[in-house]
Parts: sequence; structure tokens; C-alpha cells
Amino acid sequence: MAGLELLSDQGYRVDGRRAGELRKIQARMGVFTQADGSAYIEQGNTKALAVVYGPHEIRGSRARALPDRALVNCQYSSATFSTGERKKRPHGDRKSCEMGLQLRQTFDAAILTQLHPRSQIDIYVQVLQADGGTYAACVNAATLAVMDAGIPMRDFVCACSAGFVDGTALADLSHVEEAAGGPQLALALLPASGQIALLEMDARLHEDHLEQVLETAAQAARDVHTLLDRVVRQHVHEASILLGD
Amino acid sequence: MASVALSEAEKVYIVHGVQEDLRVDGRGCEDYRSVEVETDVVSNTSGSARVKLGHTDILVGVKAEMGTPKLEKPNEGYLEFFVDCSANATPEFEGRGGDDLGTEIANTLYRIFNNKSSVDLKSLCISPREHCWILYVDVLLLECGGNLFDAISIAVKAALFNTRIPKVRVLEDEEGSKDIELFDDPYDCIRLSVDNVPCIVTLCKIGYRHVVDATLQEEACSLASLLVSVTSQGVVTCMRKVGKGSLDPESIFEMMETGKRVGKGLHASLQSVLHKEESLGPKRQKVGFLG
Repeated sequence: MAGLELLSDQGYRVDGRRAGELRKIQARMGVFTQADGSAYIEQGNTKALAVVYGPHEIRGSRARALPDRALVNCQYSSATFSTGERKKRPHGDRKSCEMGLQLRQTFDAAILTQLHPRSQIDIYVQVLQADGGTYAACVNAATLAVMDAGIPMRDFVCACSAGFVDGTALADLSHVEEAAGGPQLALALLPASGQIALLEMDARLHEDHLEQVLETAAQAARDVHTLLDRVVRQHVHEASILLGD
Repeated sequence: MASVALSEAEKVYIVHGVQEDLRVDGRGCEDYRSVEVETDVVSNTSGSARVKLGHTDILVGVKAEMGTPKLEKPNEGYLEFFVDCSANATPEFEGRGGDDLGTEIANTLYRIFNNKSSVDLKSLCISPREHCWILYVDVLLLECGGNLFDAISIAVKAALFNTRIPKVRVLEDEEGSKDIELFDDPYDCIRLSVDNVPCIVTLCKIGYRHVVDATLQEEACSLASLLVSVTSQGVVTCMRKVGKGSLDPESIFEMMETGKRVGKGLHASLQSVLHKEESLGPKRQKVGFLG
């Protein structure tokens, strides 16, 4: 596929989106009953599940307990059938470990960990189908799951990826666009304060363009926030009807 | 394995109920909980299914890949099973915690498919000794609410029913080198016949009686259970005792008879559901995890 056109002259992308447009996002909270909190999200063809257990006593070695705040423990795994080519292991490989670490940093910044000293919060995310932007989908699913578990947070954490093609910044990259190998930026935003919880960029990008790409990703993350906020409100509304309020 | 802790009084309540053929959730001893089956939930697989049995939630994806046939069976393809007990089900499964259970379930699946009639493996052969289809059946355990084996076998059967393998042909040129070509029509594909694919029926011995489809609470009361894999005709393809207790031979025969009877009914209702879903065609509204 020599020279696959990622952005047409008319300004449309391979899947027909505009440069700053997100894929369709559908989400649901409270998918499972046994976990303390759970959520499922679909961003286009990327599908992720997040489950939260806790805050509970530290499991395993007590030495890991933190005297002043809760320990956030994350595991990222992606189903063996989630990618185009079958994966050998669902978790434990280098990419999964890195993703787990990044999630942990992101949620350490967002959860009010000082409220639960000497305890542990488990966040497990599972990618069921991968079509680009898995990190963003995982963060968004995990945010909803943490909220479903009723764990106090500073703010939503909304994530989105962005890329850069032919002088234009593209929001929410799909697998095809990621595979093309241009610069990629993953951003997790705390939308109310505008603080950045995680920022990662690979491949090279001219410094002059960084602001444009960053702004596109931030705007996309704010759009994600609007959608997630709607999902949470809908969920709380339904729950309150069930409780008979 | 994910389990619950029950007090002595709770156990007595469950055991006495089972003796009167009335279980905690109102079922009789030979009743299943309601099963939800949906196929074609993951679009980048050859076939997939999600099964929800009470609180047990299973997702199965089947991927077809090309490979070389095994030496002892040069004109057959083969199936590979992998079970991932994800940490979603219970935090005990974090890291390598779920590997033992996963291997146990995968080995059981290998065993129940280890006979000539269950799947037509010859149809998976592309060219003898050189190319065949390998079906990777990957099971993902998302929530664990008792009776894992039955739920997984139902999901595997549904996913195999849903599996579509692209048709290929082997072209040979004058020098004898072979080329594999895909048919032009992407909808032209091989479907597997799942009529003889067995399902597992687990019979849990509780007190003097046995029950099918035990919940986690009931599993905690039972010392031993018998796993019977039955085809839709009621043929037993595999049998295994699991659990730490022991069973006397008489009750094993009784349990086997129950397993055959219940298994036939299970197959019949699963087939009708699968065909009904199939008849809705591509217009079917996919629910997945959003429903």
C-alpha cells in the first residue's frame, strides 16, 4: 500500500472523518455485579472493559502498604483475539507492563488516594478488540469504572490520541492511521482544571507543530469528557429510579 | 479458583433445600439458570460468542490461521484451546494467578474434542502435509459465578457455530511450486458443522443428591462433582471427576444418566437459539456489553 492517503484533499480521513472528529463512543457503567465497579466502552471498533476492586486491605506483602495514601494497582491485558494477528499472551509482555504502569501514574494523579491510607485499589482493564487508541479507551473505561465503584476522584480523566499528517493534526487515530507510522501523541487530561495527567509522544515532530497537535488532543479529550459526563448522569439517573427516589 | 466462604448454617440450608428439590434461587435440581448467548460480538475474529450464565460471563473468540498439519494427521487441521482467567473475574487471577485454572479448563476442552466425530477436521485441510487451518479457540473469563465448565463449553460451541473460514484453493504451476489463492467473494466461506460438538454438563453432588448448574454458593457445599461431556444425541465423549471429595460408583452412574438427559435438552435449546439468531441476518441489532 504505497502512499495510502491518510488525509484527502477535501480534508477527509480514511474512515470519512474530519481531522478533529472522534469516532463514535458508546459506554456503559455497571456491567458486572461482583466487582465493586465496572465499565465498558466502545470507541469505534476499539472495545475495552475496566473493572475496579477496592479500596480494600493490601493483598500479599504488607510491606507494599503506603502509610499516607492508597496504593493504586493496575493491570492491562488485551485478549489474545483482540488484534488482527493472534497474540500469544494476554498480559505480562513488555507493552502490557508499560501500559499498566502508565495507567497507574494516570490514576494516581486523579484518585484522592490520601483518603484511604494503607489500602489498595485494583484497576484491571481488558481490551477486547483493538483498533487504535487502546490506551485512551482504557483510561476512559477505567474512569467510568472508578466512578462506578464510588471512589472519590479529583476529576474525570479523559484521554485521547492525536497524530500529525501533512500539516494537519488528527484526533483519535484508528489502527490504520497508527500503523502508517507518523508522530503520535497520547494525552490524558483532567478537563475541569485543564491539567495533564499523562503525556506521551513518539516519533519526531517539529516543535512548532507541537502546540497544534496538543491542542487537538486536548480538544478531543474535552469532547470525550462531554460524552462520558452524559453516560455517568444517565447511569445515576437510572440508578436513582431503581432506588425509587 | 474463585470461591465464596459460607457459614455452617448457610451450608445446611442449601443442603436441606437440595434434598427437597428446591434450591436457593427457586430452581429444581435439574434446572439451568437462564443463559444469554450472543454470537459475532468481536468483529476481528473468524467467530465469536459471549455467554452469560447467571453471574458467569464468558467471551470466546475463534481465529483461523494457516499452518502445517501435524505429522501424525497429515490431512487434517486442528484446534488449539487457550483459556485466559482474567483479573476481571477476581483479583486472585492477577498476574499468573489464573494460569492453573486456565490450563485445567483448556486441557478439559482438548479432551472433550479429542474424538473423530465432534468436529470435521478434514474440512480444515488445505493441502495434505503442507497447509491446513488451525483454529485458535481463545476463551476469556470475565466474571465467575459458578459452573464455569458448562458456560465455557456452551460459548465454545456457539463461537464455532459462528466461525467462518475463508475458502482458498491451491494452484500448481508447471515447476510444481504451489500457490494459495483466496476466492474473490469474501462471503464464500466454510462453515463448521457443530451438530456433534459436545457440551459439558457438570453435576455437583450435594448431600445425597446431585444438581446441575451449581452457583458459587452451591459449589462451596459440594465435595465432588462429575463433569460429563455430552453430544446432542446423548453420546458421552468424556467424563471427569473434579473436586476434593470422593464419589461412590452407583451415584456416578446416576449422575451420568442425569447428565445425558439434561445435556440433550441443553443442546436442543442452544441449537434453536443459534439458528434463530442466524435467521435474523446482518440486520440484527448487536447488543454486546452495552445491553
